[in-house]
Amino acid sequence: MASVTLENLSKQFATGTFAVRGLQLQIADGEFLCLVGPSGCGKSTVLNLIAGLEQPTSGTVRIGGADVTDLDPRARDVAMVFQSYALYPHLDVRGNLAFPLKVARVERAQLQRRVEQTAALLGIEGLLDRKPSELSGGQRQRVALGRALVRRPAAYLFDEPLSNLDANLRTQMRGELKKLHETMGGTFIYVTHDQAEAMTLSDRVALMNAGQLEQLGTARELYHQPVSLFAARFFGAPTLNVCPPAVLGLPADASAVVGLRPEHLELSDHGPLQGRVYLVEPMGAEAWVTVELGQHRLVARCDGSVALKVGATAALRFDPAHLRWFDAATGKARG
Amino acid sequence: MKRLGLLLAMTAALTFCVGPFLWQVLTSLRPETEQTRLALPTRPTLQAYAEVFEGRAFAQVMLNSFAVASLTTLLCLAIGALAAFALARLPVPGRGALLAAALGASMFPPIATVGPLFLLIRALGLRDQLAGLVLPYATFALPLTLWVLTAHFRQLPPDLYRAARIDGCTPFAAFWRVLLPLAAPGLVTTGLLVFIFSWNEFLYALTFTSSPEHRTVPVAIALFASEHAEPWAQIAAASVIVTLPLVILTLAFQRRLVSGLTAGAVKG
Ligand SMILES: Nc1ncnc2c1ncn2[C@@H]1O[C@H](COP(=O)(O)OP(=O)(O)OP(=O)(O)O)[C@@H](O)[C@H]1O
Ligand SMILES: [Mg+2]
Repeated sequence: MASVTLENLSKQFATGTFAVRGLQLQIADGEFLCLVGPSGCGKSTVLNLIAGLEQPTSGTVRIGGADVTDLDPRARDVAMVFQSYALYPHLDVRGNLAFPLKVARVERAQLQRRVEQTAALLGIEGLLDRKPSELSGGQRQRVALGRALVRRPAAYLFDEPLSNLDANLRTQMRGELKKLHETMGGTFIYVTHDQAEAMTLSDRVALMNAGQLEQLGTARELYHQPVSLFAARFFGAPTLNVCPPAVLGLPADASAVVGLRPEHLELSDHGPLQGRVYLVEPMGAEAWVTVELGQHRLVARCDGSVALKVGATAALRFDPAHLRWFDAATGKARG
Repeated sequence: MKRLGLLLAMTAALTFCVGPFLWQVLTSLRPETEQTRLALPTRPTLQAYAEVFEGRAFAQVMLNSFAVASLTTLLCLAIGALAAFALARLPVPGRGALLAAALGASMFPPIATVGPLFLLIRALGLRDQLAGLVLPYATFALPLTLWVLTAHFRQLPPDLYRAARIDGCTPFAAFWRVLLPLAAPGLVTTGLLVFIFSWNEFLYALTFTSSPEHRTVPVAIALFASEHAEPWAQIAAASVIVTLPLVILTLAFQRRLVSGLTAGAVKG
C-alpha cells in the first residue's frame, strides 16, 4: 500500500492528441479514488501513466513518495484490472492467479497458499482448473480481480472493470468490491463511466474533462457543490435541468443560467408557473415527468403514483435555495 | 442439387491435389514391364522401393534433407518470432518500411541470386556443407516467417501484453510466457511451410553441394536418371518415400493448425 501522486502530468500522443494536461492529483494511502469523465477524456491514459505502460510528455508520477516516472512497469509494483479482463487464455484459473507470483519467483508453498486464499476470497475455488474460455463473464471478471489481489501491490488500478457485466451482476460486484476494499485495504484507483459506481464506491471522485481535472472531492461535494455546469450535469439521473432564469419566473439575466436538480422540482395542481406535460416515464418507485415551459423542457422526479397525462397542464414549484447559478459564458458556478 | 454441386467441386479439387501423388504411387508399384501402360498395375511390386536404397546413400541423403530442413525451420522460427514480436508490440521506428524491405528481399528470383551466393558461400568455406544450405534457406524463408508471425502477434489482444508487463514481466518474459504460447498455431503453420520449402528446394542444393554424401533429396532424385537409363519406378518410389514425412508432419500438427487458442482471453 502506498500513496500515489501525480504532479503536473501531461501526455501528448504522437498523433498530436493531448490526452492528459497538467494533471495534479494526490491519492492518499488506502484511499478509494474514482476517476470519472466522458469517453475520451483521458481516464485510461492516466492509469497507463501510473502503471508505466505509457511515458508522460512532462510531469512526475510518485508512488509512495518515490519518483517512478522513468521506471519500468514491473518496478512500480502496481496491479491493474482491465476492462477486457486480459486473462491469459493458455493458462487455467490457477495459472492466471499464480502468474504474477511466478514471475516474481515467489516460493512454491507460499504461492499456492496465496492463490488459494485469493480464490476463496472471491468464491472461485471451484474454478481453479478451468481455462478462461470455460468461464462466464462474471467468473472471468473475478479471476481478473483475483490476479490483481493476489499480489498485494502498492496500488490497484481498475479500468472500468465492471462495464462488461449485466446490470444485476454489476451491482452485486460493486458491493463486493467495496467490501474488499474495506477488509483488505489498499490504494484503489478506479476508472468508471458509471456514476452509481463512483457515488457508492469512492472516498473521493476526480472528474476529468478533456484531459484536465474539472473537480476533485467527495461524491457528495460533486453532487451538491459542483464547480461548473459540466460537473453539475455529469452527476445525477435524470440530468440537471438548465435554463435561463426568466423561464423559472426569475429576473432575466442574460449572463447567467440556473440549474435545478429534478428532485427539487415539484409538480402541483395550481401555481404561477405553468407548463404542459410532455413525457411521463414511470420508473417504479418514482416517475420522471418532462414538462414543457415555452421552448424549454424540465424534468421533475415525482412519486411513482403520479397520475399525469401527456398534454395536461402542470404547475411547477421549487425552493429557490436549491437553485444553482452558473456563468452563461464560462459555465463556472457562481457564489 | 446444391449438395451434388458441392460434392462435384470437392471431388474435382481433391483429384487435382491428390491425383498426381496417387499417380506417383501407382507408377512406383508397377513392375518394369508395365511402365508404359496406363491401366492399374496387374502385378504390383515393392521392388522399386528396395532399389531406391541399393547402391546409393539414399538414407544418408534423407537424413541430410531432414537436418537441413529442421535447422532452417528452427533458425527461422527463433529469429522470426523475436523479430515479429518486436515489430508487432514494441515501439520500433519504421516498422512498415522494415516489413516492406523484408518482402522485397524475398522477391528476387533464386536464379538471379544463385551466382553471387555461390561466391559468398565459397568465400565462407561453406561449399558442399549442410550449413551452406541452411543459411541461404533461412534468409529466403525469413521474410515469409516474419510476415505471418507479425500478423499473428498483432492479432493477439494488446491488453495481454500489457497485463503481462504489469504482472512483472520484462518485454522478453511477456513474449516468452504469454505471446509465444498463444502464437503456437502460427509458429506451427509457418514452421511447416519453411520445412516444406527447405525439404523441396532444388536449385541451391544442386549448386552448393557436390559430393553424394552431402546431397539433399531433390538433387539425389534428379540424379537418378543419369545413373541408370530411366528408372521411373524408382524415381516414383523415392518421391513417395520423401513425401511421406511431410504428410505425417502435417497430419501430426493438423490439430494445432486450427487456431482458436485465444478463445476466452478477453470479454465475451
Ligand atoms: N495510443 C494512442 N495514440 C493516440 N491517441 C490516443 C492513444 N490512446 C488514446 N488516445 C487518445 O487520447 C484521448 C484519451 O483517451 P483515453 O483512452 O485515455 O480515454 P478514456 O477517458 O479512457 O475514454 P473511455 O472512457 O472511452 O475509455 C482520446 O482522445 C484518445 O483518442
Ligand atoms: Mg478508457
